[in-house]
Amino acid sequence: MQRFRILLLAPLVMLATIALSAAAQDRKLRIGVEGAYPPFSQVGADGKVAGFDIDIAHALCAELKARCTLVTQEFDGMIPSLIARKFDAVIASMSITEERKKAVDFTDKYYQSPNRMIAKVGVFADATPATLKGKRIGVQRTTIHDRFATDTFKDGTIVRYAKQSEVFLDLAAGRIDAALMDAVPADTGFLKKPAGKGFGFVGAAFNDPKYFGHGAGIAVRKGDTLREELNRALANIRGNGTYKKIQDKYFEFDIYGAVVK
Amino acid sequence: MNWDAIQSGLPGYLDGAWLTLQLLGASLSIGLIAALPLALLRASANPWARQPVWAFTYVIRGTPMLVQLFLIYYGLAQFSAVRESALWPWLSEAWFCAVLAFGLNTCAYTVEIFAGCITATPRGEIEAARALGLSRAQLHRRILLPSALRRALPAYSNEVIMMLHGTSLASIVTLLDLTGAAREVNSRFYAPFEAFLTAAVFYLALTFLLVGLFHLAERRFLTHLRPRMT
Repeated sequence: MQRFRILLLAPLVMLATIALSAAAQDRKLRIGVEGAYPPFSQVGADGKVAGFDIDIAHALCAELKARCTLVTQEFDGMIPSLIARKFDAVIASMSITEERKKAVDFTDKYYQSPNRMIAKVGVFADATPATLKGKRIGVQRTTIHDRFATDTFKDGTIVRYAKQSEVFLDLAAGRIDAALMDAVPADTGFLKKPAGKGFGFVGAAFNDPKYFGHGAGIAVRKGDTLREELNRALANIRGNGTYKKIQDKYFEFDIYGAVVK
Repeated sequence: MNWDAIQSGLPGYLDGAWLTLQLLGASLSIGLIAALPLALLRASANPWARQPVWAFTYVIRGTPMLVQLFLIYYGLAQFSAVRESALWPWLSEAWFCAVLAFGLNTCAYTVEIFAGCITATPRGEIEAARALGLSRAQLHRRILLPSALRRALPAYSNEVIMMLHGTSLASIVTLLDLTGAAREVNSRFYAPFEAFLTAAVFYLALTFLLVGLFHLAERRFLTHLRPRMT
């Protein structure tokens, strides 16, 4: 009987040890990323996500001494998944807007870049609603570009895609006449690639803060104290040169304060 | 529950339901018309007639419809030869690509359903027809096809309902069908439960309608197979 009791105890002791060692380890964080928005986030040749967003995520995790798991998720499911606790923070070039603030909290911005229309060179003189009347304009669904285009180009047809890469495919195929997007992924993800030959920026940049917000921030659930921690971590990597090192890897200009012109 | 999201999305859902029905109707028509001759070939004793149809249904049934849709919509557009061909005005339309993928799919499944029913025709019916001196064409038109198609009805009703649900893939290639409408509402209100539940209710209503129609058809055409009420 005595021996039997010891046998019973053994698994309990084991469980307790596992629980204790887990608690002693670093905290765990799950971060939602996109993986289809180069150069901020893309799936590399090795099948792993890489890019500016990803490097920032790793740097912040190191700063927080957290063990991070990156979870890839299509952009239109980011906020619902965050709320449903599929992950704890979203680092996916998400612009801080009043509309999104109703559903989630944001950290300070971690970068801000201009928004431009792209199309075949020489087809459109500018990117005004009058010029694009009756044309098909591609956007990524749920993005600030989707909101802005839906309200601004009322006489055009807004065609919505799940991924930015699909917008590029259909623009190159001629299924859409123009596409509204962030200037940086437009440039590095399309215009500088063979598929983007003959395409270019059209018209001036759009910067209405009502739609385009105040730069890209990290989304966390409402009231989550993770927000303050991330803000401190952001300030730290801005101060200690980590941010500059990461941004120099991807951009020839200052992506943090890129003033919209 | 966010009733505002559902209410303001309602016109979108109605448009979406209409597009879903259009996609379903178009792909089922194509599938059904093509499936009839193909099923006869598939049930033929001649391997030269049978094997190619077998290969077609094997490939289509052996790959997911989503993969086929991606191949047709994004895959074909990759080649400039396709983009410059006379087919491009059609293939550049998301609507056409979806109907093509769905039509091929339902065609393959319908061929197998029909062919199965044709081969399962009781020998006696065919012998009786021969004994009456019916020609091959008469045999097919008067005995084989009516008998087989009637027996195919329950299995075919299943196929139609599966296709209704399959059309939800259209939302992936920018079409605003019922599921597309739900994604729109979700992206505007961040209310996935309300958005997709409403779409589910719409699908349920459409399925109810289809089941009802097939029930009527079965009463009309399969009276001889109904359990006897004594």
